[in-house]
Amino acid sequence: MRAGRRVPWQRVVLYLVLVGFAAFYLMPVYVLVVTSLKSFAEVNLYRMWDLPHSFSLESFRKALLGGFGYTGLAHNFVNSFYVAVPATLASAFLGSLNGYVLSKWRFRGSNTLFTLLLFGMFIPYQSILIPLVQTLMRLGLYGSIPGLILAHTVYGIPITTLIFRNYYATVPKELVEAARIDGAGVLGVYTRIMLPVSMPGFVVVMIWQFTSIWNDFLFAVTIAQNPAVQPVTVALNNLAGSYIVEWNVQMAGALMAALPTLFVYIFLGRYFMRGLLAGSLKG
Amino acid sequence: MRRRRLRSERLITLLLLLPSVIAVAVFVYGFIGWTGYVSMSNWNKLLPDYSFVGFKNFLKLFSHPRFQIDLRNLAVFTALFLTGSLAIGFLLAVLLDRKVKGESIFRTIYLYPMSLSFIVTGVVWRWLMNPGSPQMGSTGINLLLEKLGLGFLKSGWYTDPRVGIKAVAVAAIWQMSGYVMAMYLAGLRGIPEELREAARVDGASEFQVYRYVILPLLRPITLGAIIILGHISLKIYDLIVAMTGPGIGFSCDVPAYFMWETTFHANRFAQGAAIAVILLLMVSLLIVPYLVFSVRREAEV
Repeated sequence: MRAGRRVPWQRVVLYLVLVGFAAFYLMPVYVLVVTSLKSFAEVNLYRMWDLPHSFSLESFRKALLGGFGYTGLAHNFVNSFYVAVPATLASAFLGSLNGYVLSKWRFRGSNTLFTLLLFGMFIPYQSILIPLVQTLMRLGLYGSIPGLILAHTVYGIPITTLIFRNYYATVPKELVEAARIDGAGVLGVYTRIMLPVSMPGFVVVMIWQFTSIWNDFLFAVTIAQNPAVQPVTVALNNLAGSYIVEWNVQMAGALMAALPTLFVYIFLGRYFMRGLLAGSLKG
Repeated sequence: MRRRRLRSERLITLLLLLPSVIAVAVFVYGFIGWTGYVSMSNWNKLLPDYSFVGFKNFLKLFSHPRFQIDLRNLAVFTALFLTGSLAIGFLLAVLLDRKVKGESIFRTIYLYPMSLSFIVTGVVWRWLMNPGSPQMGSTGINLLLEKLGLGFLKSGWYTDPRVGIKAVAVAAIWQMSGYVMAMYLAGLRGIPEELREAARVDGASEFQVYRYVILPLLRPITLGAIIILGHISLKIYDLIVAMTGPGIGFSCDVPAYFMWETTFHANRFAQGAAIAVILLLMVSLLIVPYLVFSVRREAEV
C-alpha cells in the first residue's frame, strides 16, 4: 500500500530532464515557425519569443518570390531538386553494383580496394576542390548543374558502396549458389537475385544521398556561384546575409529549405536511422 | 569449360567495378595528388603557376597569425563539440533506455536536427545568439534567459571574441548530439538484460552497473562516434559561414574557412592547397587506422 502511494521521484526527475532537453532541441524550430508566421509590422527582435497576434503567410511568399531589392528562393528549390534527384539515382546505382561485387564476388585485394574507396567518404573536400574546379572548367561543366551532379555522384560512391555491401552481405550465399547452378552468370545473379531484394537498401541509400546532397553547401558554393544555378543552401545563405531582407523572411526561407529533408526524416525515419548507423561502418 | 566461365565472370565483375574505381582513382586520389602539387607551387595569383617552391607555403602558413589562431580555434571547437555531444548523447540514451513512455517521440525530437543542413542551423542560431545591446535590451537566448530569471548566464556569444568559436560549438552540439544518442541507444539495446541483472545481484549499484558493465561494452560505439564527430569537426565550414563568419579578430575562424577564402576570394591557390593538405593529414590520422582496423577485423570474422 505505502509503496504504491510513494511519489516516484526518480521517474518525475527523469521525465523533467527529458522534457527539458526536448525544449532545447525544439527551441530553434519554435523561433523559426513563430517568426515566419508574423507579419512585418509585428516582427520585433525584442519580442521574438512571443506568439504572433495575427497569422500571416506574407514572409513565405516573399521568401519564395522575392521582395524589394532581392529575389526569392523558388527557382533555387527547383535547382536543388535538379541536382539532388539525378545525383542520388546515379550514385545509388553505382553503389549497388559495387556493393554486389564486393560482397558476392570477392577477389584478392577486394578488401584493400574497398578500404581505398571508403577513404573517399571521409576526406575533407577542400583537399580536392582546386583540381575539381579546374577539371570542371576544362570539361565546360563549371558553374552548371551537370557539374554539381557529377561531383555529388562521384563523391557519393564510397558511402553508397558501403551501405550496399553491408546490405548484400545479408543475402544468403545459398541463394546465389542456387542461381549459379541454374546457369545464371554475374549479371543474371544481380538481376534475378539481388535486385528484387534490393528495395530496402535503395531506400536507405537514396534517403541518405538525397539528404546530404540537398544539405550540401561546399560543392554548391564552389561550383555553382551563378544565381541562375544556385541550389537553395547557397541562396539561403545569401538571403540571410543580406541586410535588406527582413528577419521574418529569412526565417521563412530557412524553414522552407529545411522542409524536404525534415519530411523525409519524419515519414521515413526508420530508414534514415539505418543510413545513419551504416555511416558509422556498422552493418 | 568451367574455368573459362569463371574467368569471363571475373572479367565482368571487374568491368562492373571499373567506372567507380576510375572515378574514385581520379577524383579522390588523383585530385589529392594534384592539390599536393599545387601546395608546393608558386600559384598565389589568379593564373596557374606550377613552378616548384617546396615547403615554402607550409612554412609561411605556420608562421601566419591567422592560421595559428585557426588551429587553436579548431582544437577548442573539437574538444567542446566531442565532449558535449558524447556526454549529452550518452545521457539521453541512458535515460531513454529506462522504459520511457513516448520514447519514440522524444527520440524523434532529439534526432531531427541531424536532418537539417548546417546552413539552416547557422541561420537560426545566429539569431538565437544575437545578444542584443545594453541600450536596446537583450534578444534571442539572452532574452529567454532574462525571462527565466537566469540573466546572469547572459553572454555576448559569438560577438564576444573570448567566446567566439565556443558559441559555434553549442550549435554544433545541438545538431549532432541526437546522432550520438541514436548510436548509444542502439548499443544499449544490444546488451542483454541478464548482464545488468547479474551485476545487480552481485551487489553493484546502478552507477557501478553503468561504469563497469555498460560503458566498457559500449566502447566500440564510443570509438565510432569519436571518429564520425571528429572528422565532421575538423572539416567544419558551412556552420561558420552561415552563423558567424570569421568573427572579430578571427575568433570564429577555422582552417577550412581560411582555405576557401584565401583560395577563391584572394586567389592564393597554393596557400589554400597547403591548408587543404594539412586538413587532409589531420583527418587521415584519425580515419586511416580506424578504416584499416575495421575492414581487417571484419575480414577475419
